[in-house]
Amino acid sequence: MALTDIWFLLIAVLWTGYFVLEGFDFGVGMLLPVVGRTDNDRRVAINTIGPVWDGNEVWLIVAGGATFAAFPEWYASLFSGFYLALLLILLALILRGVAFEFRGKIDSERWRRNWDRAIVFGSLVPALLWGVAFANIVRGVPLDAQHAYTGTLLTLLNPYALLGGLATVALFGLHGAVFLALKTEGPVRERAVDVARRGGLLALVVGGAFLVWTELAHGAGWTVGAVAVAAAALAGGLWLVNRRDGWAFALTAVAIVAVTVTLFGSLYPDVLPSTIDPAYSLTTTNAASTPYTLTIMTWVAAVFTPIVLAYQGWTFWVFRRRIRPSDIPASSGVPATAR
Amino acid sequence: MNLDLARWQFAVTTLYHFLFVPLTIGLSALVAGMQTVWVRRGDERYLRMTKFWGKLFLINFAMGVVTGIVQEFQFGMNWSEYSRFVGDIFGAPLAIEGLLAFFLESTFLGLWIFGWDKLPQKVHLACIWLVSIGTMLSAYFILAANSWMQHPVGYVVNEATGRAELTDFGAVLTNSTAVGAFLHTIAACFVTGGVFVLAISAWHLAKERHVDVMRPSIRIGLVVTLIAALGTVVTGDLQARLMTEQQPMKMAAAEALYETSAPASFSLFTIGTLDGSQELFSIRVPGVLSFMATGTFDGEVEGINDLQAAAERAHGPGDYRPMIPVTYWTFRLMIGFGLLAGLVAAAGLWFTRRRARGPVPRWFYRAALLTLVTPFAANSVGWIFTEMGRQPWLVFEVLRTADGVSPEVGTASVLTSLIVFTLLYGVLAVIDGLLMVRYAAEVPPPAPAAEGEDETAGVPSALATTYY
Repeated sequence: MALTDIWFLLIAVLWTGYFVLEGFDFGVGMLLPVVGRTDNDRRVAINTIGPVWDGNEVWLIVAGGATFAAFPEWYASLFSGFYLALLLILLALILRGVAFEFRGKIDSERWRRNWDRAIVFGSLVPALLWGVAFANIVRGVPLDAQHAYTGTLLTLLNPYALLGGLATVALFGLHGAVFLALKTEGPVRERAVDVARRGGLLALVVGGAFLVWTELAHGAGWTVGAVAVAAAALAGGLWLVNRRDGWAFALTAVAIVAVTVTLFGSLYPDVLPSTIDPAYSLTTTNAASTPYTLTIMTWVAAVFTPIVLAYQGWTFWVFRRRIRPSDIPASSGVPATAR
Repeated sequence: MNLDLARWQFAVTTLYHFLFVPLTIGLSALVAGMQTVWVRRGDERYLRMTKFWGKLFLINFAMGVVTGIVQEFQFGMNWSEYSRFVGDIFGAPLAIEGLLAFFLESTFLGLWIFGWDKLPQKVHLACIWLVSIGTMLSAYFILAANSWMQHPVGYVVNEATGRAELTDFGAVLTNSTAVGAFLHTIAACFVTGGVFVLAISAWHLAKERHVDVMRPSIRIGLVVTLIAALGTVVTGDLQARLMTEQQPMKMAAAEALYETSAPASFSLFTIGTLDGSQELFSIRVPGVLSFMATGTFDGEVEGINDLQAAAERAHGPGDYRPMIPVTYWTFRLMIGFGLLAGLVAAAGLWFTRRRARGPVPRWFYRAALLTLVTPFAANSVGWIFTEMGRQPWLVFEVLRTADGVSPEVGTASVLTSLIVFTLLYGVLAVIDGLLMVRYAAEVPPPAPAAEGEDETAGVPSALATTYY
């Protein structure tokens, strides 16, 4: 296996990890007003991801850094090309991150309500835009001979990409609902189960439509297997909601893995196809760093990725208990002005 | 136009990010130290200190994290030509920083915040130390990346592709510039953490509040600040000599030294123009620039005019001088702010010594609170000097800044993002400031006498678990 292929695979792994992990964070965030009627409900929901959301987000940072290191041309063309979409994602992630940390710091209804809005916005927008972005990556964008993006923001808002965005919103929403069902007790869990059952069908339909379109227009043949796995895992996960919470969550995670596999499988060996002329496409070979850099990075990844997986996994073990409404203490925030 | 906007955006987002980073690095180690004292001695005051400074640390950490996400992406967004040119070299430390440092700090910080009553005491303590180690690892890799831009090593430029290619990764990681920058930055981070602790402690002590917690806190802050400030002097001296050797133009620009001189004097400040034509008034210390640059008081320091002529011979016609007033003043301000912090710490150690005859004078507490701005100011102007002093180069003597900007991104896009980031960061600064002030006032009260020993390793119940 060529080094460039190993790195294509590793970048796919990083994005997969990001979508599986931050997928449920996004789901919890966007469902906050739905599963949380009272402040206690909302705090139960937020605290299910409290200890882990930041570590989950690092998968994105590392995916970005690894793309820069292994495929600089891909990194340069993609991020300068998707400029405004990425700006919106960054804005959302910034607001969302401080919202988790700041929300409980001041004991004021208005303060919390505003940060709740930031959490919903900050979860919904990236969930939508990552889908739009990846659909465009698979579909191809207008790249010129210098691999520079020549389209506008509107170029990215084509029907296929918008369907991709809706698919990721529905998938992450379902994934988050199933996660909440696994991690909570009480009213939040009841509503999460309800959302998972109803929203799950939507995820199956929208996600299914997007995958079928992907397979027909861009599929690699073998990717039809991944599409089938995604559909089966989604259906199975849905059936297990409220029956076997752990397995239901594992299956929605498998579905997200299968979706990412479908996308990257359809993309390969391109990394960013050009819709102007296939000769202008960025591929795993013409976008890659030198073998020397890739070799060093392979060693670093081979040694440290298992360590990261081990301690992140341990974190989930430490915080394995369900959160009950009675676990949440009275507000730990201080009044807005000094006593 | 795009070039100027992209540079402003990088300056705004990166300087803003770097307001939070040094405090994160310095304070995480201080909080870890306080918790260690609590765990080893069981002194409950140190638990309250850990909680109090830990909360301020977390508010700051959140800002550092979210503003850091932008850093990982903006090279590709605004500097695509740079990214294409250097990705083979520059991307590796960035990716390794994420894999080794960011995962470590974010994961173990989550465990630290939420794990007070879920982890054995010593494991919980190890978590905050791992966070601290993570922040320093992160500093090393990102400084190695930046140092490669100041002093490129371990690479060749491939004539066929027109890109820089890595030939020796060990050389990039052991770049003398990186070692110097790391030591200097970490010392500055500890000045920042130390001053933060001493200033807020002084604020409480001036009002005679929470003396049992703030008295040991201010001593920690003072000792750390003084040692770290001395550290910045020693490491800064090392850096100045490296700079003279590797980027002589930056050294000359730091002093606005136009003519090559031996010995060269150091001007404390200058009134008048800095364009080399005439100088109305300046206070100069003979020989000091020579000492900073070469290690001897009569060493020769090259001047801007000679260096400009040499650069034109090597790289063709052009202006190879950075903006002299910027480099001249930022260099002085950095040193001045840093020394000020060190002086306040030295004075504070004298006033708060165990055998002090009288009470600590009031004015000292007020001065200590004002000192809070000095490390942040010094850190900011220090980076402005480092980056502006390298201009017009993006990678020193290899790639010009003008050649690194994204050609495919329209002016409207760059302007939009500059405005969005500036507004967003402005609003967040107000909120962050408000929270910091509010939480700086909230010192945990002593725990009521424990009735019977608890399973959770002596954690007073009021302090047991943190929930969002």
